[in-house]
Amino acid sequence: MITKRIIPCLDVRDGRVVKGKNFLGLRDVSSPVSLAEFYSDSGADELVFYDITASAEGRTIFTDILTECARKIFIPLTVGGGINSIADFDRVLKCGADKVSVNTGAIKNPSLVYEAAKRYGSQCVVLSVDIKRVDGAFRVFARGGRDDTGIEAIEWLRRGVDNGAGEIVVNSIDTDGVKGGFDLEMLAAVCDAVDLPVIASGGAGSIEDFVTLFRTLPGVDAGLAASVFHFGEIDIKTLKSELARENIPVRI
Amino acid sequence: MTVIIDYGVGNLFSLSSSLEYIGEAEKVSGDPEEIRRADRIILPGVGAFGDAAAKLKETGLDRVIVEEAKAGKPLLGICLGMQLLFLRSYEFGEHAGLGLIPGSVRPIKEVVGEELKVPQIGWNRLFFPEDKPKSRLYRYTREGEFVYFVHSYHGADCKEYISAYTEYGAPLTASVENAAGNVFGTQYHPEKSGRVGLGILRAFCEIGGRQ
Repeated sequence: MITKRIIPCLDVRDGRVVKGKNFLGLRDVSSPVSLAEFYSDSGADELVFYDITASAEGRTIFTDILTECARKIFIPLTVGGGINSIADFDRVLKCGADKVSVNTGAIKNPSLVYEAAKRYGSQCVVLSVDIKRVDGAFRVFARGGRDDTGIEAIEWLRRGVDNGAGEIVVNSIDTDGVKGGFDLEMLAAVCDAVDLPVIASGGAGSIEDFVTLFRTLPGVDAGLAASVFHFGEIDIKTLKSELARENIPVRI
Repeated sequence: MTVIIDYGVGNLFSLSSSLEYIGEAEKVSGDPEEIRRADRIILPGVGAFGDAAAKLKETGLDRVIVEEAKAGKPLLGICLGMQLLFLRSYEFGEHAGLGLIPGSVRPIKEVVGEELKVPQIGWNRLFFPEDKPKSRLYRYTREGEFVYFVHSYHGADCKEYISAYTEYGAPLTASVENAAGNVFGTQYHPEKSGRVGLGILRAFCEIGGRQ
């Protein structure tokens, strides 16, 4: 039985993790390398590094950090943020990323998913989508959730699957940051439409939210979160043992 | 010294880092002489079987690998690298492999139920066949430990060569080993399987003596 994955996401800006704090016994919580090692030791199944740097200089710092992590941490590493071209795929894969997550880049350049899957294989291409309800419909938003693209989300995901994406990250803007639980309605619609691994993101506030997610939607393969892990509100070890107690298959 | 074979397929950074991490001298190379001089060799690979087999043939590395393996050198194929050890694959047509493991590579869809997603992506358990002694590859591994899989095809018709399997709706080949005990293949990625994976790589690097 394949296990449900727990994936912490580290937002990195200018070489530091944004919003890391409150860890006992961790010397430098803002260091992506220390935090990534800490998560890996706590039982994280995978790590996402999200580059929210804007400058070219910041990009170089980011890839240096990625290389350092990939030398020390031997679980799958996904990189997202600022991926707009095959050259961006190439840049992060060379530094040790296993998968690359595209979001706005796929909207700006509709052939990016196809080209990347052809070159690196579907297992490498993660299609990440920020979705928000507009007049009762699920709509794709771009640029970190700032711009309404007018694109219908389920159709967009189907197209991404046809173009060769290997996994789907669904980030609900409606539940993101609210900590009231994952967006089960939106995720159910996505699971019905696509036959790929689906990673749920946005809304996790408690261990119970993860239990409810995997209980209610067997089609969801992984839960991704950032702040609840960074702020120490949820400890990954405790989370996974609680999931195991609820008979949800996890790697312990 | 372990040589990781570079034939233009896939990303070798993690594999090379993981060997460094366990203290094994390693080199990424596509040079036949370096491969011949190595104490052991690793055949990595991601992507499609047909393309990878063609690349091995073009570079002449297919012959080098087969000769070295037949001479008794420890060889580890990982993921597509494991599948390439087989006689043939049915991924997009029929393609010949290196023929070091009798068996064929077939779609997972043929054996698992409709409700399961293909590819299998994620962490799954290793089980050891009851009718065989535990492989040397698993010296540091306990039954039931987790490793990381990403695959749509699996090793079939190779029952007597299976050293570990996993359960994904049906038993799927997780690793194979030839009769002579020097050719190994893992469907999962040991270099992405945390502490368990590093233990498997360490066990491989101890086969044939450490240099």
